[in-house]
This record gives sequence, structure tokens and C-alpha cells, in this order.
Amino acid sequence: MELCDLTLHEIKDLFAQKEVLPSLVMASVVKRIEEVEEKLGAYLALDLEAAMAAARAADERIKAGRALGPLDGIPVAIKDNLCQAGRESTCASRILQGFVPPYTATAVQKLLEQGALVPGRTNMDEFAMGSSTENSAFKPAKNPWDPERVPGGSSGGSAAAVAAGEAIAALGSDTGGSIRQPAAFCGVTGLKPTYGLVSRYGLVAFASSFDQIGPLAKDAEDCALMLAAIAGYDPLDSTSVRNGQVDYPKELEREVAGRTIGLPREYFGEGLDPEVRRLIMAAVAHLEELGVRVVELSLKLTEYALPVYYLISSAEASSNLARYDGIRYGRAAAGREDLAAYYTRTRAEGFGPEVKRRIMLGTYALSAGYYEAYYQKAQQVRTLICREFEEAFRVVDAIVTPTSPTLPFRLGERLADPLAMYLSDVCTVPVNIAGLPAVSVPCGFAQGLPVGMQIIGRPFAEATILNLAHQYQKVTVHHRARPYGRRRGEQNEV
Amino acid sequence: MRVSEEEVRRVAELARLAFSEAELRQLAGEFNRILEAFAKLNEVDTTGVPPTAHVLKVKNRFRADQVRPSLPRAEALGNANAVKDGSFVAPLIME
Repeated sequence: MELCDLTLHEIKDLFAQKEVLPSLVMASVVKRIEEVEEKLGAYLALDLEAAMAAARAADERIKAGRALGPLDGIPVAIKDNLCQAGRESTCASRILQGFVPPYTATAVQKLLEQGALVPGRTNMDEFAMGSSTENSAFKPAKNPWDPERVPGGSSGGSAAAVAAGEAIAALGSDTGGSIRQPAAFCGVTGLKPTYGLVSRYGLVAFASSFDQIGPLAKDAEDCALMLAAIAGYDPLDSTSVRNGQVDYPKELEREVAGRTIGLPREYFGEGLDPEVRRLIMAAVAHLEELGVRVVELSLKLTEYALPVYYLISSAEASSNLARYDGIRYGRAAAGREDLAAYYTRTRAEGFGPEVKRRIMLGTYALSAGYYEAYYQKAQQVRTLICREFEEAFRVVDAIVTPTSPTLPFRLGERLADPLAMYLSDVCTVPVNIAGLPAVSVPCGFAQGLPVGMQIIGRPFAEATILNLAHQYQKVTVHHRARPYGRRRGEQNEV
Repeated sequence: MRVSEEEVRRVAELARLAFSEAELRQLAGEFNRILEAFAKLNEVDTTGVPPTAHVLKVKNRFRADQVRPSLPRAEALGNANAVKDGSFVAPLIME
């Protein structure tokens, strides 16, 4: 096992004991990037010299016993839709090629202020629209467990980088499952926080009422450390909330005996891969052994979540992406003789097919004559879905489901059929509709591919779901499996 | 409800996008399949149900109206394709 295969908390402890310095960890990450990045395409841009220089500065702080916090000297990759001053931030779109933001996203700023090192910016589906990272305008990312399969999306680059040891942890964004589904596909732990817990300032907007930034990391403890670093009210995001100071890492150690989790039967029905079901049920049995009470419940509106999500998110996207006009930033078409033609050419050349499809769908859903039938109807059903979750959380402390109903699929397999691709998100979108927190936890392998269990919590109950995830990980080994850097003779638990 | 190619063309104009005839045909087909699947929503009785635009209970947030430093003009213009006299240049709208 190389340093780059360790967890954030293991490295932090080695720093505290002064057994290892940040530049050694960074060197291990660089070595791994040199070995696997060409095959995986997890990054869109690397910034290794700057990260190495930052590592040497962190070395001095660690040696002097003056670490800035648990993230000091830790390599954390950043999804390419989070603005970073002075670094090209493209959202994997041609239309933002060459865009260098003059400011840094609050979540990224917080990491930098706490000493985190940024090895680079990770690959994603263009504007975070997709479930496979194949919609990247530049190159697809690959799954480190099987490079013929997708890493999930849209934060596929972040998930692949963490799984492969090309970063210790990463930031992603989750609009309909974009942190959790790739976390499940790549065998890492990914947390989508409650809407409003993490400032969205500097996150390029896709669907503003769903978007949320969160961590992808090697286990629940790492996610807790990352969340503690990025959560909190920010005057620059009026939807961020004052949540009080929760000590997420400390809450991990609570007893889970006596907690109640619910299994919604709608998530275990048609379309669920039997091997995924078997692994989720085995994980539930582990939780039961820890004293967790398991009840069955019904979330009858689940089947409506996908249309609600795609109608509202596309409508919001069509409005958010109206800003890309080739005037103030971004790549522009040649010829400026006529304004409308200039806008149209710039956008037709700059956006990829899936982004165009969503802009079109959203524009249609918002246009006169269809607004009530589609957009408003979806918003009304959204209300009912929120209420249904509220009801469920009167009875249970958390809801457990598969993160993805299927195993990671092959590159190209769902590209030709948008509806099949949208179905990848069937278990994750309800969470965004209701603004809830949820974590995806590795719960085993089928056919050598990772499977994730989703734990959904009440609003702002990140501590509860991370606690369950951590206690589960204390008695299981799935999160310790690594695609690379295994010791000789060491086998992954399959 | 069938969406015609003509209608897709009109939506493209609203969205400031352009497609070839072949792309329009394909999009119309995809639109119809997607909207047909989404018509499922009509099964839900939403009489009297208020729409949710946003899950948080927060209302408008106000801040003190204070003068603070902002982005220097040169930086704000740094990503523009054309700049003149400290402003963005847009194509001519009227003569």
C-alpha cells in the first residue's frame, strides 16, 4: 500500500506523529498520477508544481507542530465546476474553454485556507449534466476498477481520482446524484449535504434549487473531516444556512443501537440488479447486528421523482445557462454582425448534445402553453414528495436504499438513449428534490465492481447518517479495497 | 401530446440554439419519448397543492447597504472577447 492509498485521517495521524510529511504524500500522489492518469482521464488539468510547492510549505508547518487543521498538507482534487482564481475552470464544456475565474468558490477557499493541496481539476459531465462522465467535451473518465466501464457521473473524475489514489479526497457537486452515484461506481464514500449546508458561491450553476457541493473520500470519517472544513453560512450565498457548529468527526463515535432505518420497498422493485439487492441486504443485516432496528416502509411517489427532477432541473438549467452568450466570458463564435445570430452560433458551437437537450427540454417546459402542464405540475409533485419524506422521517432516523440500481455500465452503453441514462439516477434524485442529506457507502463487490449503499437523513442530520456509515465501516472492509497499490498477495474482499 | 419538428425549431429559437434538419428530427423524436414518459405525472392529483420552488424555509435575506471593494474593472473584463474603453463590446443592436 502506497501513501496515496491511505485515508485522509490516517495521513493526518501520521503527520501528527511526524512520521510522514506532506511532500512525501504529494510525491506518492504524483507518482500514481503518472502511472494511471493517462488510462483513467480523471483530471482535466493538473497543477502539480504548485501543489508540490504548497506541500513543502505545509511540511514546515507540520514539522513545527503548527498544522492549520486536519486538512493541512492533504491533496484534495477539485471538480472543474468549482471556480478557482487564476485556474482555467471549464465545467468540461467548450463554451468555457479559456475561462479563468477572477475569484475562488467559498468551499475551495476554505480548503485552501486550511492548508489543502490541489493537484488538479477533475473531469465531469459537461455542466454536471450526465451520469457517466462521457458527456465531458474533452475526454471520458474511466472506472479504475475496470477501465472499460464508466466511473459514473457527473463527478466521475473526482470519484475515479480518489479511488485510484490520484488524490486523497475530492470535492464534487450533486444535483441529482452526481456525488453519490460515481462514489458507488468507484467504491468510495460520497456525501451530498443538505441543501444550504455548504455555500454554493463559485459553483457554476446547473439547477440552483438542487445543486450542492460535497466530499468524495475513502471513508465516512474522511467525509466528516471534509464536511467540517466546508460547511457553514456564507454571506455570499443567500441560500446557505447557519446550522450551529456540529462536530461531525466527534459524532461518528456515537452508538447506533436503537436507531431505526427504513427500507422503502419502491427502491427494491423492478430494475434492481439482484446482485446489488443481495449486497444491500447484507449491509442492512450488518446494521441490524449493530442494534439498528429495520422497518419496511413505502414511498409511493418515488416513481414520479425522475420526471419531477428532469423537468425542474432542465428548466432551471435553461435559465442558468442563458448567461453563456460569448460576450462577457467563454468561447465565442466568429463574426459579430448580428446579435441574435452571434448568440446562437456561440451556443450551438459551444454546448454539447446533452446540454443542448436539457436546455431545449427546459425551455419547452417553461414556454407559454406548457408551463402549467410541465413545470408547475412538477413543482407541485415536488411538494408532495417532500411531504412524503417528512412523514417517513417521523418513523425512521434514516432511509437505506441502493445508490444505483445497477453495476457500473460499459462506456457507450447508454449514450444513445437519454432515457436509459436518466434512469441511472432513479435512486438518487428524490434526495435532491427534498433537499436532504445522503451518503453513499461501499457495501461490497459484484463481478469485481463496487456497489454502494445510500443512507438518507433528515435535513441537517449529516451527523446521523455519517455515524451510521462509520459504524458500518468499522465492522466491514469494503471501503478499504483499492484498485491499485495492493500489497503482494493482498486480496480485495469480494 | 406530440411535439412537431416545427415546435422544436421554435423552442430552439427561444433557447438561442441552432440544429441541422437531421438533428431537429432526432430531437423531436427524443422529446416525444421523454415527454411521453414524463406524462406519468398526470396520474398525481395536485389539486390545491402549492408548488415548491425551494426546500428551505428562508425568506428574503437582506444585508447592510455598505460600500465595499469590488472586483477591479480590468479583472472583471479579463475574460471578455472584446473590450473597449473599459466596457464589454457586444454586436451592434441598432444603427
